[in-house]
Amino acid sequence: MAEKIAARTEALTENPFHYCPGCAHGIIHRLVAETIEELGVREKTVGVASVGCSVFAYNYFNMDMQQAAHGRAPAVATGIKRVLPDNFVFTYQGDGDLAAIGTAEIVHAAARGENITVIFVNNTTYGMTGGQSAPTTILGQKTTTTPYGRDPHVNGYPMGVSEMLSTLGGVAHVSRVSIYSPAQVNRAKRAIKKAFEVQREKKGFSFVEVLASCPTNWRMTPQDALKWIEEKMLPIYPLGEFKTAAEEGK
Amino acid sequence: MAKVLMGGNEALAEAALRAGCRHFFGYPITPQSEIPEYLAKKMPQLDGVYLQAESEIAAINMVYGAAGAGVRVFTASSGPGISLMSEGISYIAGAELPCVIVNIMRGGPGLGNIAPSQADYNQATKGIGHGDFHLIVLAPNSVQEMADLTMLAFQLAEEYRNPAMILSDGLLGQMMEPVEFNENPPKEKDKPWATRGAKGRDPNIINRLLIEAEALQKHNLKLQEKYQLIKETQCRCESYLAEDADILLAAFGSCSRMAKSAVEMARSRGIKAGLVRPITLWPFPEKEVAEAAKGAKACLVTEMNEGQMLLDIRLALKGRIPIHFLGKSGGIIPTPGEILEEIERIEVNLRG
Ligand SMILES: Cc1ncc(C[n+]2csc(CCOP(=O)(O)OP(=O)(O)O)c2C)c(N)n1
Ligand code: SF4
Repeated sequence: MAEKIAARTEALTENPFHYCPGCAHGIIHRLVAETIEELGVREKTVGVASVGCSVFAYNYFNMDMQQAAHGRAPAVATGIKRVLPDNFVFTYQGDGDLAAIGTAEIVHAAARGENITVIFVNNTTYGMTGGQSAPTTILGQKTTTTPYGRDPHVNGYPMGVSEMLSTLGGVAHVSRVSIYSPAQVNRAKRAIKKAFEVQREKKGFSFVEVLASCPTNWRMTPQDALKWIEEKMLPIYPLGEFKTAAEEGK
Repeated sequence: MAKVLMGGNEALAEAALRAGCRHFFGYPITPQSEIPEYLAKKMPQLDGVYLQAESEIAAINMVYGAAGAGVRVFTASSGPGISLMSEGISYIAGAELPCVIVNIMRGGPGLGNIAPSQADYNQATKGIGHGDFHLIVLAPNSVQEMADLTMLAFQLAEEYRNPAMILSDGLLGQMMEPVEFNENPPKEKDKPWATRGAKGRDPNIINRLLIEAEALQKHNLKLQEKYQLIKETQCRCESYLAEDADILLAAFGSCSRMAKSAVEMARSRGIKAGLVRPITLWPFPEKEVAEAAKGAKACLVTEMNEGQMLLDIRLALKGRIPIHFLGKSGGIIPTPGEILEEIERIEVNLRG
């Protein structure tokens, strides 16, 4: 009999992902779900889906889920976590959701040290609404609303959310990872696990930014999109651990 | 239980605590600040949650999260803050989550002012957010009712899985009156739909997205059925000397107190005046208002705005009798004397 070497994690439902071919959301969902399964907390977890391509996350995560209004996931998660301090609560947000319309909510949830985990998917664009520019769009990048490329004099500068949040007192863990190679996927998994462990130890706010591809709106093949992350995004969004609870000696 | 002397906002907050509510999320704004201040003191002693959010937008979404997690929860604000909450209120209504929202009204539009007003009647009863939905809206007119209707609001919110609003104003919020708290607050309902971790069951999902047209219409029809049921069973209204009244006054909230005094003054001058006071503003007690106006020859609507409930009164009375209006806004309150003058003018016309 063949040996089973890989199986779907029980923290994902059987529903097939609706994401475009080569989209990073599917990989990141799996990493979050595997982490939740490995920590054995699926039955104690409440996830918060945001507005963006991942709005249907509640169809895929096999656990209690709430769907939040655009940008408000950290506030919704705050409400849940304050009611259920012993449960695990995470949000899953895109860059339009978290870094534009939801800036106030993410900054204040972080500053309050809400004991939640935030998965921030930075694909430099508004995927769901058709590839408009985001606060994280890089300079010169063409989007449907920066057709001549992002010009800092008109559109401002890309936002380093991890850098910004890591300056806040309530924040226990911030890391930026990516999924452009198998090695990076493994690193991303470790970072997500660490973030959930920080939550388990009630150390405060934990945040993982994942540099992700949106081949559809970038108008690239999935392979070229991964290369684009490595070549164009990394110089602006360096990977690494910006802050951990361990460093603070908590 | 003995009566205690309390301010309206404090009585409301105390009633919420006595109703077993242990979760409050809000943002400071005059004239409701006594509510969060009271709770900030009490909640920690009760192992409850008091959290000052970064905005009303965040506060209402915290309410959404907490209500979804299955607890009694409420928030309080005033006009500008309620406007910011409107998206979240639409989500809460759509997701059928019970919660209580308090609006201690001030003058509008815009920043307006901090004086008592009833300028948010239309917002509360007609247009609190996008989509086809209704809030249950209760309008107290005394400190006692600030307490009683708050308890009722929690009960109705849970019974119908719908947000309920207390629509009050700065006058009632600041006013001191004796109040007696109901010793049998509404029991909390089971919430098997709450997201508290899918232990030994299928996941619960709190969701406001229905991408398929049929599915969304079906959900909307289900909401409509619920609203119909609320309309049929929950209209509340009070009338005073209405049976034989020639001139029926209609007023809600604090304005109804002035109207009542004017009715008494008119009666002492031999004018048969009466008063009808809607307590639920949604559902609007259409039948009860029409019944109260059965023998009347004219109606006088008085409000602390430029004529908002007026439209609902017109709909209820279906053009049967002339309807007059006396409104004051910007924080000006119609005095019993001014209302009496209006009654006398109408009376002269009737005799005319
Ligand atoms: C209040 C509000 N404004 C605008 C929208 C429309 N909208 C839906 S998704 C989206 C952008 C999402 O982009 P992002 O967060 O980057 O996620 P992605 O789709 O790229 O995964 C916008 C603007 C909305 N749903 N609500
Ligand atoms: S549009 Fe982009 S982010 Fe959205 S599913 Fe497609 S590839 Fe993924």
